[in-house]
Amino acid sequence: MQPHGYQQPGPDRLDATFAALADPTRRAILARLATGEASVTELAEPFAMSQPAISKHLKVLERAGLISRGRDAQRRPRRLEARPLAEVNQWLENYRRYWEQSFQQLDAVLEDLKTQGKQKSARRKRRNES
Amino acid sequence: MMQTERLMVTTPSDREIAMSRTFDAPRNLVYDAYTKPELLKRWLGVFGGWSFAVCEVDLKVGGKYRFVWRKDGHEMGMGGIYREIVKHERLVSTEKFDDPWYEGEAVSTTLFEEKTGKTTLTIMVRYDSKEIRDAVLQSPMETGVAASFDVLAELLAKSA
Repeated sequence: MQPHGYQQPGPDRLDATFAALADPTRRAILARLATGEASVTELAEPFAMSQPAISKHLKVLERAGLISRGRDAQRRPRRLEARPLAEVNQWLENYRRYWEQSFQQLDAVLEDLKTQGKQKSARRKRRNES
Repeated sequence: MMQTERLMVTTPSDREIAMSRTFDAPRNLVYDAYTKPELLKRWLGVFGGWSFAVCEVDLKVGGKYRFVWRKDGHEMGMGGIYREIVKHERLVSTEKFDDPWYEGEAVSTTLFEEKTGKTTLTIMVRYDSKEIRDAVLQSPMETGVAASFDVLAELLAKSA
């Protein structure tokens, strides 16, 4: 169960983002774009891949809204769009945070129960002694 | 000083998600905190403005539980039936949300294991299929999203 974290971005949008991020080449492309915009040729350079293969990855990233195309009509540079990444980050964070925060509160409840238990047994002991 | 233990999230099979966390308390106390409404209301999901509006537990095989949280007019409800109860050791229950984002009913197994005064709580949730499990977790462990989590953080820092 994890009831709160699922109220954010639409599930379809998240699906597309997660699917896009599930591939190491696409993550590498994003990492490259994080340093600044780049053309398809520039993006293809570090990979042992044809331009059409890279273009396919770029299409997936574009559909997920993770990248967009710049104004320059000739180079058509791609650039990183930060928002979907932030949303996915938020989603994963929510899942962990839901349980981490709940469990931290459970820590406190358990401390209380232990203290109560000690007080009870101390009272019992005093009663037995008197 | 209370030390915060680590929360582990794993995928033991392709239909399951498991979570485990150790608590500095004997297992009867962890079990109580997990099954008694007056205690559950103090920790489960009550943060960030969410309050526990309904917390009902009929702790017997075939008995129902019902949880509803509320925040700013929003409501999140879930519930299920206890299938197996071994006091202080093990609970098996079904779980279904009022407004589910996945198909079918999940089965949750909770284990309480005590070792030298500390209790490890493990919650395993089994879904009807791998597809559903993945829809719930988006399977970050398997798709490599978790592995790229640090990369993401880096990307976010750079693109901010």
